[in-house]
Amino acid sequence: MKDTDVRKGTLALMVLKTLDVLGPLHGYGIARRIEQISGDLLTVNQGMLYPVLLKLEQEGSIASEWGASENNRKARFYRLTRQGRKQLQAEARSWEQTAAIIERFFAAKAQDLK
Amino acid sequence: MKALRRLFHRLTSWATSARDEVLLRAEFEEHIAMQTADNLRAGLSPSEARRQALLKFGNVEAMKEGYRDQRGLPLTETLVLDTQHALRRLRKTPVFTGAVLLTLALGIGANTAIFAVIDGILIRPLPYPDPEALIRIGTSAPGLPGLPDSLGCSPSMYFTYREENRVFQYFGIWYVAGASLTGIAEPEQPRALFVTHGVLDALGVKPLLGRWFSETDDTPTSPETVMLTHGYWQRRFGGDTSIVGRTLTIDSTPRTVIGVMPANFRFQGDPELILPQRFERTEQSLGPFSSQGIARLKPDVTLEQAKADVARMLGIWLFAWPLPPGIDFTPFQNARLAPRVEPLKQDIVGNIGSTLWVVMGALGLVLLIACANVANLLLVRAEARQQELAIRAALGAGRGRIAREMLVESMTLGVLGGALGLGLASAALRLLVARGPDTLPRLDEIGIDPFVLAFACGVSVLAGAVFGVIPILKYAGPRVATALCGVGRTFSNGRERHRVRNTLVVVQVALALVLLIGSGLMIRTFQQLRSVPPGFTHPEEIQILHSTIPEALAKEPEHVMRMQHEILDRLAAIPGVVSVGFGDAAPLESFLRNGNPVYAEDITLTEGQVSPIRRIRKIAPGYFKALGTRLIAGREFTWTDLYEKRRVAIVSENLAQEWWGVPGAALGKWIREGGPADPWREIVGVVENVYDNGVNVKAPEFAYWPALMDQYIWGGKDGVAVSFGMFAIRSSRTATQGLLAEAHRAIWSVNGREPVFLVTTLKTLYDQSMARTSFTLVMVALAGGMALVLGIVGLYGVIAYVVSQRTREIGIRTVLGAQPAELLATFVRHGLVLAGIGTALGLMAAAGVMRLMSSLLFGVTALDPVTYLAVSALLVAAAVLASYLPTRRAIAVDPVKALRAE
Repeated sequence: MKDTDVRKGTLALMVLKTLDVLGPLHGYGIARRIEQISGDLLTVNQGMLYPVLLKLEQEGSIASEWGASENNRKARFYRLTRQGRKQLQAEARSWEQTAAIIERFFAAKAQDLK
Repeated sequence: MKALRRLFHRLTSWATSARDEVLLRAEFEEHIAMQTADNLRAGLSPSEARRQALLKFGNVEAMKEGYRDQRGLPLTETLVLDTQHALRRLRKTPVFTGAVLLTLALGIGANTAIFAVIDGILIRPLPYPDPEALIRIGTSAPGLPGLPDSLGCSPSMYFTYREENRVFQYFGIWYVAGASLTGIAEPEQPRALFVTHGVLDALGVKPLLGRWFSETDDTPTSPETVMLTHGYWQRRFGGDTSIVGRTLTIDSTPRTVIGVMPANFRFQGDPELILPQRFERTEQSLGPFSSQGIARLKPDVTLEQAKADVARMLGIWLFAWPLPPGIDFTPFQNARLAPRVEPLKQDIVGNIGSTLWVVMGALGLVLLIACANVANLLLVRAEARQQELAIRAALGAGRGRIAREMLVESMTLGVLGGALGLGLASAALRLLVARGPDTLPRLDEIGIDPFVLAFACGVSVLAGAVFGVIPILKYAGPRVATALCGVGRTFSNGRERHRVRNTLVVVQVALALVLLIGSGLMIRTFQQLRSVPPGFTHPEEIQILHSTIPEALAKEPEHVMRMQHEILDRLAAIPGVVSVGFGDAAPLESFLRNGNPVYAEDITLTEGQVSPIRRIRKIAPGYFKALGTRLIAGREFTWTDLYEKRRVAIVSENLAQEWWGVPGAALGKWIREGGPADPWREIVGVVENVYDNGVNVKAPEFAYWPALMDQYIWGGKDGVAVSFGMFAIRSSRTATQGLLAEAHRAIWSVNGREPVFLVTTLKTLYDQSMARTSFTLVMVALAGGMALVLGIVGLYGVIAYVVSQRTREIGIRTVLGAQPAELLATFVRHGLVLAGIGTALGLMAAAGVMRLMSSLLFGVTALDPVTYLAVSALLVAAAVLASYLPTRRAIAVDPVKALRAE
């Protein structure tokens, strides 16, 4: 339960970052990109991406529009909104902080805490 | 903010869900197509490429489900979906659905209707602004036996209370009576409310047109005025707004209409006209207590403070006014006069509450039984679906999901049943308001308001939940393995599976027994009431009419009497009329009761003792014969008695017994009314008791005086005759238009088109006196009947189901040589055991519950053994029948067929 929550959170962050770096992209593109970088995380179910995309869109962090894919078929392209960019910055910062704290905790040895 | 935005999106996308679904599928398809293309490029075969793409994407349906959960309003959506499913399933089984809905509609409808009655009468505040501040003021006289519990106020009290009080914002006194309206095509006797200044001010309902009465209207020398109520104004004058300022002739006096009350104005006695009461202050004495006091308390004054203040003023009043003519101070001294101050609502509603709550309780039990029945039907239904549910559970449906679905089905039934019930209730209420018993106060205020609507909704949902939860507890659980293999031919049914159903039936039987005992006791009460000889015979043959000889026509008492005599002769000459009688009132005419202490010459009272109040009636010869009142000793009055103004009297049997032991001993004794102002009169006859207050209370002791007397305590110097009188006509044509028209002609030919009013039959009066009992009887018997049918149907259903489940077993046992009688006995015993346990529990419950009904019973105790035994026997007999019928059918089936069944 907690595990999926964390993953959903990280997934959302990854989506935002991907769109920030690569610009407007369809679902498959986002999935590929995340898969390339994260390796394992999305290999289980690419479909899991879509509920996250919907949530982000409902929150206004991303927007979508229909366009032509490279196969010349209809595909839905997602892009980062201004609010999404702000959210990305904020969350990236908080993520770094969290990561730093966790790292320090793991690095700490018993005698350091005396 | 984020959450709000999401909710908004969810709401909008809920509305566009069908289109979104298509787009979503397209997006998924495109995703998989792109993956497939990549896989192809990587060198996989086309079919393998697509397979890998699908695998990588994961379960499309699960994704969609997850997506949907995010998108719309999932709970609402599944609820809508579940309801649609439930409706579809219910449509597929019309018999089951019909039976359940009918049961629920009756149960919920009956409860809603009675709740609307209780709401309209007991709960809703009176229709006046700030009604809690309104109080009724009367007087009690515990020291004077024979008087009603609560007397009214006298005009002298009006003056004292108005001038001396410290707690009233407004105070006035009123009474309702007939007033004759003449000078129009059809003279009539509208119900008139006579008020002093202050009554309407206390009520606080502003007139629709014109103005209220002012203090000037109460002053004896000012111009005469009248107000109309909305209904009468509409009916009689077509809602003509120019009515204000016009003149109407009421009680032979021209009066100016000064105002019209609005449509929502209500008052006790449902008045049509409102007239001012005018008292000549100098003419008032301590009595008579015939008006009702009403007051609006000043803000923040409590009822206790008001009581104390009235008690203080009562002390002032007693010594401030002269005695009524011919009465000495002793009765006032001994009466222990005390104020009777109560909230106006309590005065209006009276003690109807106990009746209504008993009826509501009875109907509530019926609803419980109905719920038990429906729960039983749902159990059978759930059992039939057990395999389906088990498969769904195996495929991953959670306990909650299945439970929700079952609950939605029950709730749907509950709500649909409730909607039908509401329809039934509103129809029943319309009927009740149109022809309900007059003894129900505030009848026209009863209706379905939001409060009643909320009650109906609440009951429906609650009922749905009650009968819905039982099958859920039993079947929604994840017992996949047992369920999957336990159905079919492999196992016989375990005992455990019937436990819930058996319990429900026992509860039903017990509740039904309680209600049946209630109905039984009411039926016995009614029988007992009917068996009391009321003091008259064949009341359905007796037509009653009232009319008056106006003073303008005859003032001298003997002249008045001659005219009444003339009317009597003309009435007697109408074809089909057997006998006629004349007096100042008919039996059971509660509004015309007269009472006063009566003294006997040879009975001396001990010092300070007051003679009890006896009922007084003034009659002409033929009165007893027309009513069928039996003469026990002596003789009736004769016309010679009347015209020669002989001082004679007739008394009732109970009065004669009280004073002289045996009725015959009363003859020749001398009695008089009130005090020395009345002459002694010789008793010439004794008649049987007349139950003038209704047969459920002790018959009052009567003194009958002649309708024409030379000297009387309340009469003038020239004597007195009954000018405002009642004619009783015994005829086979009673209540027909023909007889009434001829009677009107006969009366009018003598008194010149004075209104004929209070037209009724003695049977109607008799029925009205028992109206509360018959109302309760009908309601409780209705509830008992419904309970019996539902309980028996429930038992029948269980036995029939058990038998059908065991058809194969019956077949095998028959083949092996079991006798049909033995098999029959097995199942009937099963039914009997259930009915027996239910009856035992029901008897115990009834013994406790019936105590609550004891105030409604007459001539029978709450633990009447005859009723208890008879009702139990009836129920057990019905139970045997309900078990016997389905079993016999099963046994009659060919064993070979039975074995092939399923």
